[in-house]
Amino acid sequence: MALTLKLNGETHTVDAEPGTPLLWVIRDELKLTGTKFGCGVASCGACTVHLNGEPVRSCQTYIEDVEDAEITTIEAVGDDKIGAAVQQAWVELDVVQCGYCQSGQVMSAVGLLSENPKPSVEEIDEYMHGNACRCATYQRIRAGIQRASEILEA
Amino acid sequence: MTINTSRRGFLKGAAASGAVLLVGARPDGALAAASSETAQFNPFVKIDADGTVTAIVKHFEKGQGPATGLPTLIAEEIGLTMDQIEYEFAPSNPQVYNNLLFGPFQGTGGSTAMANSWLQYRQAGAAAREMLINAAAQSWGVDAAGVTIEEGIVKAGDKSAPIAEFVAAASQLEAPAEPRLKDPSEFRLIGNETVRRKDSAIKGNGQAMYAMDVHLPNQMVAMIKRPESKGGVANGFDDSASKEVKGYISAAVLPNQAGVAVYAENTWAAIQARDALEVEWDMSGAETRDSDQIKAEIMAALDAEPEYNVNKADVAAVSAAIDGADKVIEKTFYFPLLAHAPMEPLNCTIEQTAEGDIVLHDGAQAPTGPHMAYQQIFQLPPEKIHIKTMLAGGSFGRRATPDADYQVEAALAFVVTDRSRPVKLVWTREDDIRSGYYRPAFGHKVRVGLDADGKIVGWQHQVAGQSVIKGTPFEAVAVHDGVDHSSVEGIADSPYDIPGMALGLTDTPKATTVLWWRSVGHTHTGYVMETMMDTVAEAAGRDPVEFRLSHLANTSNADQQRKAEVLKLAVEKAGWGNVPAGRAQGIAVHKSFGSYAAQVVEVSGDPENGIKIEKVTCAVDCGIAVNPDVVRAQMEGGIGYGIGHVMRDQITLTQGAVDQYNFPDYEPLRIGDIADIDVHIVPSAEAPTGVGEPGTPPSAPALANAIRVLSGVKVTSLPMSENGVSFI
Repeated sequence: MALTLKLNGETHTVDAEPGTPLLWVIRDELKLTGTKFGCGVASCGACTVHLNGEPVRSCQTYIEDVEDAEITTIEAVGDDKIGAAVQQAWVELDVVQCGYCQSGQVMSAVGLLSENPKPSVEEIDEYMHGNACRCATYQRIRAGIQRASEILEA
Repeated sequence: MTINTSRRGFLKGAAASGAVLLVGARPDGALAAASSETAQFNPFVKIDADGTVTAIVKHFEKGQGPATGLPTLIAEEIGLTMDQIEYEFAPSNPQVYNNLLFGPFQGTGGSTAMANSWLQYRQAGAAAREMLINAAAQSWGVDAAGVTIEEGIVKAGDKSAPIAEFVAAASQLEAPAEPRLKDPSEFRLIGNETVRRKDSAIKGNGQAMYAMDVHLPNQMVAMIKRPESKGGVANGFDDSASKEVKGYISAAVLPNQAGVAVYAENTWAAIQARDALEVEWDMSGAETRDSDQIKAEIMAALDAEPEYNVNKADVAAVSAAIDGADKVIEKTFYFPLLAHAPMEPLNCTIEQTAEGDIVLHDGAQAPTGPHMAYQQIFQLPPEKIHIKTMLAGGSFGRRATPDADYQVEAALAFVVTDRSRPVKLVWTREDDIRSGYYRPAFGHKVRVGLDADGKIVGWQHQVAGQSVIKGTPFEAVAVHDGVDHSSVEGIADSPYDIPGMALGLTDTPKATTVLWWRSVGHTHTGYVMETMMDTVAEAAGRDPVEFRLSHLANTSNADQQRKAEVLKLAVEKAGWGNVPAGRAQGIAVHKSFGSYAAQVVEVSGDPENGIKIEKVTCAVDCGIAVNPDVVRAQMEGGIGYGIGHVMRDQITLTQGAVDQYNFPDYEPLRIGDIADIDVHIVPSAEAPTGVGEPGTPPSAPALANAIRVLSGVKVTSLPMSENGVSFI
């Protein structure tokens, strides 16, 4: 069935069956590959996108439920100042290793800083708990969020 | 174009129109230059007419840093800033882009990317530098000795110009036979803390392209329905339910009957159609054992005569010395199967060109593996097979199987089609956890005798588990006198001076498909050696650091001294012995892949209500740290990988089928699990050694030792969460 999506400020018409995870529409139909498939069961966070500014796992978000939402993916999150600050901090600190989970890490970090501009270490650990990184870049993710917070404060 | 061989045996590119300078090695290893990309050899350095320098990186990038490290070597020798060099991954060519430590085999593993490229890439950069300088000298009519290149600018006296001006002329010159390498005192980039990763920005903004991101026109997505237990045979299928899935195309039994390929227009349709497929399996030859039975076989082997006397010890004498010792310490250890679970599930895409060539798009850890396999499968000569190496979302060893498992699977799924559409093979996380290759389960039994002075008089060490190497093409080079060294590495070659060591090994029967897993045998040998050193020190009434140092006391043995120094640095930086109330520290030090790593883990809490990992302090000696911050990151990652798995991960089998299915029951390390990691690098003038793996082996035993100091609980069977230790 034809569905209309508002994604990264643009309107897209896609052909997808109800029950299709948003992840696969983003990746396979819209060819925006920054959003990653990691587990398919909302256990790793690699597929995190924003729905009306809130991070959600796109592998467990169904296409028919997001027709009226503003969807933002990693490709556009840097247009926002919080996203740009997080991406800048990520580069400054060389947070990434393999990088496959990092789109999701950035999307979650932006979600955290949007609601809590100066999170404590405990708050970072709690908020970011669902974003797995098999390379274990967690030290730098934590530092990156703190650095982004500084950039935004300046 | 024609290729001339000069009297010194180096290739020189004949006149060509393109102002492109390529420097690289010929099949015989000699440096060569040519003036066009169409030359018969494949280079390491490419310089475009506009002066853009590109490093051709022969190792894949899974996060461990060669896409930064190898360009650093070339930029250093030419005289560039890191912004003036780009990188691209080398094509598959085992004669030109081989790992120098692997023979004629292109591949990444054993933490060798920097170690084997260190001189090769510097020489390639230095050769390009000399050719550019000679071209400038000729152009300006000055002595080459007075020409320099710094930050991409060629200078001589009051003359200066960007390198772009001399690329065309330089490409006509002969490659120097032995280009002068910079003295370490001249290094500007090697060892420079401010050098950043080349791949950071694209990995933080979604632009990085992994194999999973390949979308070829008209491609199909294939998923394989595999048997629940290894060894099941597919005899047929019923796809009537799959046909209800929109986007389902077809299904086919793989030629080897190891599974059924399901083809669909997109990934979601493939997932659904595969779920709906009914397969007729012949399970008569499938593995049916439980992991408890496999464990029992391993433990029984520890009590029997070992198959191999690894170090040719006088076992009777060692045993007698221990029997007669003042104190005897005996411990038995068990290590479960572990999955690698790289973040990017396995996948690759295969297509056939109009000319009949085969192109594989893959996060290719060992391109020569699929390249050789494809020659057989497609009956094509090597030059008709092309491998495009994409970024890889982790590996930890998984992407380099001796049988090129998933690339072969993709080829089999492709050959049964009419080849008109590219096939992208995708594994799900469940496939990865349930159908993969595993760190083999291992058991150790160690008996140590101490005399009245607390000195070791005998150390009898039995190891049993499934060999990773036997039965693979690597057996001929990596197995000696029947001993798979990877089963006993870290014991057999430990720098510790241990009197009366008797090391025995028994290969246990095949339990499942096994594979090297970040740091291979050191994953279990490091744990056993370093928890035993603590246990024996405790029995001897000696401090664990002093006890270790007393076995590294030979001042003329560089191996011992480097291990001792790294231990001392970790002790110093961790504030060993000065812990706040309620906390405890544990230490471990281990040599692997040519590098030495020592770690102090600081914990609080208690095993019953939850241990909290407060801090890990790491010291590493990896020779010259080319990119210190990459080295630091690899230690951080290696520690997390080691600790995360011993905390709570294992793969178990019931009737041959894997019990776990996805991250919820193969739980990755999470951000809150380790509160802090602090890494220190030992300054060194030695050639670079490994960094990808050496951070892993000491992490788990340092944690175990900290838990022992805190609570007295000695964990000898893993994972810890299944053996009396919980975490918060």
